[in-house]
Amino acid sequence: MIKMIGQRAIASILSLLVLMVLVFFLSRLTGDPAVLFLPIDATEQMKEEFRRLHGLDLPIIQQFWHYIVDLTQLDFGDSLRKARPALDVVLEAYAWTLPLALITMSLVVVAAIVLGSLAAFNVGGFFDRLVSIISLIGASAPDFWIAIVAIVVFSIGLGWVPTSGVGTPWHWILPIAVLFIRPFGLVVQVVRGSMLSALSSLYVKTARAKGVKNTRLIFVHTLRNGMLPVITVIGDQAAAMLNGAVIVETIFGFPGIGKLMIDSILQRDFNVVLAAIMITALAIFVMNILIDIAYSVLDPRIRN
Amino acid sequence: MSDALLTVKNLTVDFHTARGTVHAVRNVSWSVSRGETLAILGESGSGKSVSASAVMNLLDIPPAEIVSGEILYEGKDLLKVSPEEHRALNGKKIAMIFQDPLGHLNPVYSVGWQIIEMMTAHGRPKDLARKRALELIARVGIPEPEKAMKKYPHQFSGGQRQRLMIAMALMLKPDILIADEPTTALDVTIQAEVLALLKELQAETGMAMVLITHDLGVVAEIADRVVVMNKGVIVETGTPREVYHAPKHPYTQRLISAAPGKGEIKLLDETSPVLLRVEKLQKTYGNFDALKGVSFNLTRGQSLAVVGESGSGKSTLARTLLRLEDADSGHAYWKDKDLITIGQRELLTVRREIQMVFQDPTQSLNPRMSVYDLIAEGWDIHKLMPNKAERRKRVIELLEQVGLAAEHVDRYPHQFSGGQRQRIAIARALALEPELIICDEAVSALDVSIQAQVVALLDGLRQRLGISFIFIAHDLGVVRDFADTVIVMKSGEIVEMGPTEQIFDAPREPYTQRLLAANLDPDPDVQAERRAALTDA
Repeated sequence: MIKMIGQRAIASILSLLVLMVLVFFLSRLTGDPAVLFLPIDATEQMKEEFRRLHGLDLPIIQQFWHYIVDLTQLDFGDSLRKARPALDVVLEAYAWTLPLALITMSLVVVAAIVLGSLAAFNVGGFFDRLVSIISLIGASAPDFWIAIVAIVVFSIGLGWVPTSGVGTPWHWILPIAVLFIRPFGLVVQVVRGSMLSALSSLYVKTARAKGVKNTRLIFVHTLRNGMLPVITVIGDQAAAMLNGAVIVETIFGFPGIGKLMIDSILQRDFNVVLAAIMITALAIFVMNILIDIAYSVLDPRIRN
Repeated sequence: MSDALLTVKNLTVDFHTARGTVHAVRNVSWSVSRGETLAILGESGSGKSVSASAVMNLLDIPPAEIVSGEILYEGKDLLKVSPEEHRALNGKKIAMIFQDPLGHLNPVYSVGWQIIEMMTAHGRPKDLARKRALELIARVGIPEPEKAMKKYPHQFSGGQRQRLMIAMALMLKPDILIADEPTTALDVTIQAEVLALLKELQAETGMAMVLITHDLGVVAEIADRVVVMNKGVIVETGTPREVYHAPKHPYTQRLISAAPGKGEIKLLDETSPVLLRVEKLQKTYGNFDALKGVSFNLTRGQSLAVVGESGSGKSTLARTLLRLEDADSGHAYWKDKDLITIGQRELLTVRREIQMVFQDPTQSLNPRMSVYDLIAEGWDIHKLMPNKAERRKRVIELLEQVGLAAEHVDRYPHQFSGGQRQRIAIARALALEPELIICDEAVSALDVSIQAQVVALLDGLRQRLGISFIFIAHDLGVVRDFADTVIVMKSGEIVEMGPTEQIFDAPREPYTQRLLAANLDPDPDVQAERRAALTDA
């Protein structure tokens, strides 16, 4: 198992290297930051000055070399917009996104597993239909619309929670609730399907012949088997959330990584974009390894 | 039967399916007493497992519906007790073991965990359960019980898994053990061991056993009484001896006459020219030697059986001959061309001349192709029979040759029974007018009566068309009926090779003798004699 994780880590590092190269050259194709960043009436001299200051006047290969050397020292350069190290700016945003993603995904996992499993056990019954309808709505409702409706109803109409920003725990409620809906809808359907097929397995028949109680049958015998396909979907959803919930963060004025990335792209703040992409990629690779570990913990057949 | 421990009375169960209601069993009654073994004998679809599932409350309701009847145990009707009461009886008073223990054991928990759970699920303390589990694992013959407890189902062999399943079932010393085809997926020698273990354990504990099986040999070996089921109804009841020697119902008579291994032994035509010469064929997977230098000759019109237990290399032999897998070394001369080294173009010709029929026609026939497409596909691949009208005519001829009819030509595989599907697979093989057909366990999945028909069909084809057969099988009875020459394989090597008569009547090698001794005879008297001989020895 350690060998497997080692192999995955090496593969991940190689992918990161490829990504580093791609990101650098692709970002240079989008236009001249001097034109965009300086005021529209900036003189050619000011632009030259700006380029020299940020090393943008050097041949592209040389820029690339500097970029690689800096990266090896975890130096992504300064943010053009904030005049601070880009890495710091990104990590600050992550300090907001990470708890948002973690709390939301934990709620999604618990709720989806419990409701999906119970629905599978009562397949065709009222509860099953209710869960199916809710999950279908959740999986298909556009989050920007839900976000706006939620603000109108709960913030403006009822005045229970703030409309946007951060500061108090109350500020977190709407973003989490809105982010929760879509992954919950998807995961609950996968849990239900996976548990349905696990519940019709032969080992469940054995457990029933042993006189095992129903709750134990569902949550001990079947769940661990049914979780295997679910983990993959949870991983996908968590990865999407680590990428930053761009729309939700923007609507709620939540200073997370998604909002930071959009702002930086619009303003051609290359260094921040680079740092954000690399850190996000790193986070996703770490999470994939965690998923592999989860797999092998759950299924002994993968372990050896 | 006043001392009956468990009685099923007039049980009728329906299954409500999309295609209408099926009467799974009608008016089934049987009972079993302490220390007694009752066998429920039937072919697939006979409903032989339904009453046992009702006893264990394992029927899914719906689609199943218990229309009428009662199941009496200790003065209570198990069909009327609450689910909670029933759950408390399951495993504790009435335990069950199943066919294919790999599927029936939970893959993600250690076997120790699963065996211990049998007791903890009924409120017994864990340390006591652990002690008993260790005792029983040792008792059923698994080495190093402490280590075995920590292992997972996939780390054991099929026979060991069934032993572990038995250990689990006996944890709470049940009054009744229900065994549903407990030895069906096992090799003959392992089957004999597991049945012997069940008998010993029964003698020790005095439990009653209900054994569900399709195998007359198992009935002859272990049962005190047998009920024969056909199409959801009990057609006959009696001792194995009564039922075998004087079957009253026409169905039982048919079933017993279809039992393989009783026909005349075929003789090899020694004047036939050699068709295939295999020399020192070798194949290794990693560090497992699947074939360790296998050599033999096959003549035109010969039916050569390859027998052996799982892992003996018999299927690898077939796969390397067809180049579905590449041999590491050795030769196989087919009309002077070496099958092992010829190029792709020549291989295409050879693949027309050598056809294969697989074990499971459900999986080897593409479910989205009609019978016509399945049979005609080979002509497309080999660019034969370009005329559409002729093709259709020939497909119908082939279907008639294998005992199907013209009306079947546009149907799909799922519309046929297992035996009919295997006939389609044979028709497909015949379409290319092969000179050799390799059958890899081609009749193993079929019911006995169907099996006999398919074997007769293959033999007819051999005689009429002069086709040679390599017949890979583990069922010695079928081999005895079909083959004129037998190769016995073990661990990738040929142990013994010779005319069928010699192998069956005067086997030279101890391994062949063991294999034959472990093979169960449908005649209870023969089995009793063998048991007596074993005890004397």
